[in-house]
Amino acid sequence: MKKSICLYFQVHQPCRLRLYRFFDIGKDSHYYDDFANRTILRRVAQRCYLPMNALLLEMIRRYKGEFKVTFSISGSVIEQFDRYAPEVLESFRKLADTGCVEFLSETYYHSLASIASPDEFKHQVLKHKETIEHYFGVTPKAFRNTELIYSDAIGAMVYDMGFKTMLTEGAKHVLGWKSPNYIYSGAMAPKLKLLLKNSSLSDDIAFRFSDKSWPDWPLTGEKYLAWIKASAQNDEIVNLFMDYETFGEHQKAQSGIFDFMRYLPDVVLNDGEFEFVTPSQAAKKHSSVGVLDVPDAISWADEERDVTAWLGNELQNDAFRKLYSLEEKLSLVNDEALWSDYGHLQESDHFYYMCTKFFSDGAVHKYFNPYDTPYEAFINYMNVLSDFILRVDDAISVSDANFAAPKKETKARTRTAKAVKAAPAAKTKSAKAEKPAAPKKRTVKTKKQ
Amino acid sequence: MFGWEFPPHIAGGLGTACYGMTKGLAYNGVEVLFVMPSASGDEDQSAVKIINASDVPIDTVSTSVDEFLGKVQFVHIGSNMVPYVDPEDFTRMVEEERVKQIKNFRVQYGQKYKFSGKYGANLMEEVARYAMVGATIALQHADEIDVIHAHDWLTYLAGIAAKRLTGKPLVVHVHATSFDRSSDDHIDTRVYDLEKKGMEAADRVIAVSDLTRNIVINKYGISPDKVVTVHNAVDFSGRENMTVERGVKDKVVTFLGRITFQKGPEYFIEAAAKVLKRCSHVRFVMAGSGDMMNRCIRHVARLGISDRFHFTGFLRGADVQKMFALSDVYIMPSVSEPFGISPLEAMRTNVPSIISKQSGVAEVLKYAIKVDFWDIDAMADAIYGLLNYPALADMAARCGYDEVNALKWNNAAYKVKKVYESVIK
Repeated sequence: MKKSICLYFQVHQPCRLRLYRFFDIGKDSHYYDDFANRTILRRVAQRCYLPMNALLLEMIRRYKGEFKVTFSISGSVIEQFDRYAPEVLESFRKLADTGCVEFLSETYYHSLASIASPDEFKHQVLKHKETIEHYFGVTPKAFRNTELIYSDAIGAMVYDMGFKTMLTEGAKHVLGWKSPNYIYSGAMAPKLKLLLKNSSLSDDIAFRFSDKSWPDWPLTGEKYLAWIKASAQNDEIVNLFMDYETFGEHQKAQSGIFDFMRYLPDVVLNDGEFEFVTPSQAAKKHSSVGVLDVPDAISWADEERDVTAWLGNELQNDAFRKLYSLEEKLSLVNDEALWSDYGHLQESDHFYYMCTKFFSDGAVHKYFNPYDTPYEAFINYMNVLSDFILRVDDAISVSDANFAAPKKETKARTRTAKAVKAAPAAKTKSAKAEKPAAPKKRTVKTKKQ
Repeated sequence: MFGWEFPPHIAGGLGTACYGMTKGLAYNGVEVLFVMPSASGDEDQSAVKIINASDVPIDTVSTSVDEFLGKVQFVHIGSNMVPYVDPEDFTRMVEEERVKQIKNFRVQYGQKYKFSGKYGANLMEEVARYAMVGATIALQHADEIDVIHAHDWLTYLAGIAAKRLTGKPLVVHVHATSFDRSSDDHIDTRVYDLEKKGMEAADRVIAVSDLTRNIVINKYGISPDKVVTVHNAVDFSGRENMTVERGVKDKVVTFLGRITFQKGPEYFIEAAAKVLKRCSHVRFVMAGSGDMMNRCIRHVARLGISDRFHFTGFLRGADVQKMFALSDVYIMPSVSEPFGISPLEAMRTNVPSIISKQSGVAEVLKYAIKVDFWDIDAMADAIYGLLNYPALADMAARCGYDEVNALKWNNAAYKVKKVYESVIK
């Protein structure tokens, strides 16, 4: 049996917030910096998404099904593609049509909902699934959580939703002596297969490729394959997970990253020891070598490989608590704009901007951050959230007033309220069975998009 | 009169106070020649003649440089401390330094010097240069002046130098002391020394409040007979209260000022948390910036009230007025405040105010609620009362408005004039 290489790329852009001042609260409820979002998206599309998609399509056609890649594309970035660069969606659809590309399931808003609220988590996963089906005509089968966040409990939740495969980080403090180059199974969901990122090899491309002070610069296909072989000498699968923006944006075109990627499949396939697989194929091909215990959440971020990049200081924790404390109120409101804003405010990036860990991973944090300091990020976010809370409260008092008048509608409302409450009870059922049980207004809303 | 700034280009309250005072003095028939390090030309000169120190070269000192330096050399600031030198080396170095100083003076000081007039890194150097230029200006105008009046430590050296060269009496005006800028143990000793020198050399010291007067007497060892309190006033001419449409229905409690230890921001946060436990229809705003801002943001987040407690960052011009117009209660919980003009501005905008007893302005206001800065229970109580008992808030707003309008610079300047008269023999 050939050994496997699994290439997976994360595609995501947040809805960056505009400078939102205290004076705006209650007056102006447009929260987003449309100019920055459009500019950045168009730039990255020109430098990365379009050329890299074209390159991958060419590779897939040339090797006639031998070369395979995997994407997770967040709902947030799909919304932006739709608005600012529909040609990118078209190029992804072409990739989907080849059958050699797997699209992963994730939370629609690239959120931390898996840590905060099982209900919201499921809602976003379903919304994302519908979106992927709508745009690319494929149904995602494997799951990857925001920033590869995983814990035993999250694994169980994902398995309960019908997924058999999940991607996460090969965090050293969890693996210990174990190798990331095997498939493991979840501690609370033994049938859930886990693919672990090989950090060292992934970061060689994602972070070090163009670094001329790196002793191994320049990286060539042959050198890289030799490393892969050495890493997986007795092992089965090498998982190379990275941001898609690595190609052309983080590593500039002039660094030779595109040529490297054009050449790599050739080297690997000619050598013959490895073949390319997607996560679902890997899960079919390889069996689990053991259970992986992850009581506390891990992720692929920072030196710590945990969730402290988003929930590591009091600013982040308070903002996070305030945001998710709105869930119950929102479940009583049927307002598409409110739900959309609620989703965008959940994007993990907003919490990342408030991170105060400036030492070991400061460079990475700074690169991704539109704010000068985490404090500014926090103030701006809380101003936006304060306005949002006002709108939620207003919507509830309006709906209360509406329902107070005609009696018939009061009944209707109690019924939907019950449906909301009933949803968590249906946990053990598969995702499909649960779909009709979920509050109707939400599914209606997602279909419209 | 030596100042450091003058409207419209101001960083703190000092410029505003100087402006009001000079207008008041003009009303009382006193002519003022105002020297500042860096004038822009757009200052209001209706009541005062402004001399820009940046325009004045020192080459008019015709007497020997040695003599001039002998009189003013103390203004040179800069530590000559060098570790590990034996006495002979040290003597040699000091001699070298002296020769160099005279040379430097000829080279650098013999021309115009462009002052920034800001509060930057080379502030001490600017203070020293300002003293040189100030002394020159005093000599040039020696026939016209009767009294030298210096505002705050930045200008004391200039005042002292001017007094030595012209022999005219010196009045120094204490708007703030080192003890107001930081806690007792951490005062800047260089600044303290300058302040003490200035007060000792002065014929009279004017303090902006009894609180400051006590500090001058107790911490600087100045004889009580020499220290006079003249409370500041406030000039609202040409200012319209603006009406702003409110975005939030909740009541707003505002803190406006530098977020530093001296202003007591953390007591405000603690009091806010207490009030929020009792009533929910209120928001708190901390407007301004400063070295404690980040600590305060963390403090607010830790208390879990960040959806009700907002930070605006530094506010300018119209935004300050807007902030007052949006407020229902203004609070100044200063740990140490020589005077404190901002509650007067709030009350002028019909906003009831809570001020700490440790502020100079507490000595002149009757219709503001006064609490100890450390008493967060009393502070919370006062906020709650003003928010929930309209009768109290209405009275505080109405009477407070009349009260601040009665604080006129003309009256304060009259007292300053009396001080002048007492030193002119």
